Amino acid sequence: MTNAIGTSTARVDGIAKVTGTAQYAYEHPFTDPVYLHPVQATVARGAVDTFRSDKAESVDGVLAVLSPWNAPRLADVSDPELSLLQGPEVRFRGQIIGAVIATTPEIARHAQSLVEVEYTTDDHDTVLRADHPDRYPEDDPQTIGDDVDEKLSSAQLVIDQRYSTPEEHNTPMEPHTAVALWDPAEQHLTLTTATQGPHSVVDTLAPLLGLEPQQLRVVSPHVGGGFGSKAAPHGHDLVAALGALALPGRAVKYAVTRQQGFVFVGYRSPTRQHLRLGARCDGTLTAIDHESFSQVSPAGTFSESASSISASMYAADARRLVHHLVPLDVPPPHWMRAPGEAPGMFALEVAMDELAVAAGIDPVELRIRNDPDRDPATGNRWTSRRLVECLHEGARQFGWRDRDPHPGIRRDGEWLIGTGMASATYPHVMSPGTKVTIRHDGGGRYTVRTGAADIGTGAWTTLTLISADALRVSRERVTMEIGDSSLPTATVAGGSSGTTSWGSAIVATAEAFRRQHGDDPEAGAQTTGGVSEDPLAEGYTAASFGAHFVEVRVHPGTGEVRVPRMRGVFSIGRVINPRTVRSQLLGGMVMGLSMALHEKSVRDPRFGHVVTQDLATYHVPVNADIEDMDASWLDETDELATPMGSRGAGEIGIVGSAAAIANAVYHATGTRVRDLPITPPALVRD
Amino acid sequence: MESRLALTVDGEEHTIEVDTRTTLLDALRDRIGATAPKKGCDHGQCGSCTVIEDGRRVTTCLSLAVAHDGASIVTASGLSDGDLGLHPMQQAFIEQDAFQCGYCTPGQICSAIGMLAEIADGSPSFVTEDLADPPTLTDAEIRERLSGNLCRCGAYVNILAAVRQATQHSDKGAA
Repeated sequence: MTNAIGTSTARVDGIAKVTGTAQYAYEHPFTDPVYLHPVQATVARGAVDTFRSDKAESVDGVLAVLSPWNAPRLADVSDPELSLLQGPEVRFRGQIIGAVIATTPEIARHAQSLVEVEYTTDDHDTVLRADHPDRYPEDDPQTIGDDVDEKLSSAQLVIDQRYSTPEEHNTPMEPHTAVALWDPAEQHLTLTTATQGPHSVVDTLAPLLGLEPQQLRVVSPHVGGGFGSKAAPHGHDLVAALGALALPGRAVKYAVTRQQGFVFVGYRSPTRQHLRLGARCDGTLTAIDHESFSQVSPAGTFSESASSISASMYAADARRLVHHLVPLDVPPPHWMRAPGEAPGMFALEVAMDELAVAAGIDPVELRIRNDPDRDPATGNRWTSRRLVECLHEGARQFGWRDRDPHPGIRRDGEWLIGTGMASATYPHVMSPGTKVTIRHDGGGRYTVRTGAADIGTGAWTTLTLISADALRVSRERVTMEIGDSSLPTATVAGGSSGTTSWGSAIVATAEAFRRQHGDDPEAGAQTTGGVSEDPLAEGYTAASFGAHFVEVRVHPGTGEVRVPRMRGVFSIGRVINPRTVRSQLLGGMVMGLSMALHEKSVRDPRFGHVVTQDLATYHVPVNADIEDMDASWLDETDELATPMGSRGAGEIGIVGSAAAIANAVYHATGTRVRDLPITPPALVRD
Repeated sequence: MESRLALTVDGEEHTIEVDTRTTLLDALRDRIGATAPKKGCDHGQCGSCTVIEDGRRVTTCLSLAVAHDGASIVTASGLSDGDLGLHPMQQAFIEQDAFQCGYCTPGQICSAIGMLAEIADGSPSFVTEDLADPPTLTDAEIRERLSGNLCRCGAYVNILAAVRQATQHSDKGAA
């Protein structure tokens, strides 16, 4: 037996990344490439009336101008987000309505500015309101246990508050990029693009383009972050493909600008939430009523279902959860790290802090008192629920004991000091369907191939470790191949499911390989296998858990909030690679701090676009914003969840962390902030 | 309008004709094929395009290529010497896992090396307490001076640790 799993291992792609030689989508070698710049709608709702491209076409170096009328036709226009350049309709400001392709990026960009477009316009509405007349419930309310209204009316303590989270953009450091090359002789399209799932791009785009899956290859070995925004193809992929069809034999490069990255590559919908908690005097929850609202687009109806988080987190006699969607004239919202869970947990965990204050109970103790023996949503057993141990360990590391709960009384010079905490959870997701090919290269060396994606998670390394243990060889004897749809099919890196889904398939395939080829296989011996269903037994719920502890400093004169100390303790099953898992957890916590204090996409209701559309005005943390922060985990294994004993770790760091900061701000100042981000106007005092 | 210019990139001389609107970053990436400097924002807001030009860290997206005729540029690809291995800063970034997706990393590394030179030169920063004395390499100084390099993966804790490790290495005279 080897023990690659659990050994702190440097990334196998580390040298390529620190020397800048890892190839991201734009950087692959292409012969004589051409450059695409899109024309974007300058109205929020209406239709293109006239599209005059003669001036653009007369510029030296312009090779093609695609319009809503002359672009190649799609075979399937049922997906409103991706049915671009197929007709005049404008569904949101910034929608791609044309494209200029030229020999240099400078010429394409200049020529694009010469395209003259006239529109017919309709009134638009881009403002999310809980009382919006067009709102509709996504599903019937989920009611569990007793009658919620009855329990609330008889509760000894009631917390009844409204919370909001803003629109947020994923903004991975690598802007989305797609390079498309149509080979007319082979009738084959190669799309080199930044994606969290090469096969999902094929599955989505091939039918739209009228291609068989084998006519489309998606290449994506290194991806500069995604956070959900690269989990599905977006407009840039489609437009690059249309450009390639219009210019056979030329590699059409479309690098989305940072500004365009705030339009059509997905974002987190803002939420409005109404939470009512009923409890006994001792803090025991009797009722949870969680109602939430998010926006959708005529071009896509992804649901940021914030209320779902309250289904399984705490015990309560009565529970009602409902999520409403509000159709607006906005770009389609999409996945952003812990969609639903991150904003939902902000509201739930701030409400729990308010309940702790109302009940006069320590907030850690309040969570322990409401920890459910079984999954409240289903009655299932937990494969492992160790939230209470995370709370105890976090409290110990942080020095939570003997905390004075009174708000607004600790000072260090001019600064007010406070501490806060919150719980975290993220569901265990296994996506069946991944296939793996294992080949014995001879001499005990193996190549393991699957179309997985490493968006910074460390998958190149993690899957190497899993393969090594599954094949009972040292990790140096394993060569991984991922990031290409020509490899065996793999599911998307999303929902914290990557390691679970791909790793389970590797373990299953390694077992099949041994059955087929024995313990002493010949060189060239090869087996393809996979996992076709989630092995989680009926009657069980699996989820990851965690606890965040935070110290803040608030300046009452300027309203500035600093976070000098932050600790996260997580229960995520067995840790495959401690070095990269710690990075993922810390990264999630940084994004939670960012959610708490920095991020907000400001959409101008007059015009319908996000005005904070760059990295100077859309605030994310810089190095100086992150001080003493650390993440750790319980020593455990969960073999009911996966054969490796692991559970998902990619998203749980962002869940609850914003609430912990908001709760610490309350403790520092006595001001309860229920609307993110927490900015100086909420805290500055005369 | 096109213009001819000469650039030395990672020790190799290039003479190229560029559209005068071409940024230094695009000249490096599109014309010379030097793709270690990354395009993250094209507005000097993220630092991903940072290189070392004539000994100083520079954001290459913020100026036009024609303004750099004759310049000598070192990218993250040129820091490592084939015989001597990785630069200590690169080695430290790997050991401390000071990145995840790796896209900001070449810029972070060039920026960190340039930053240490600025401290060694005695340049103060916003957090330098006493402007009369040479700045010392506190955590606050490192964080402040690397705040022009965004990392959306949130690797800042490990970036600080990597810079610390690299400076200890150079204290021993091995840099």
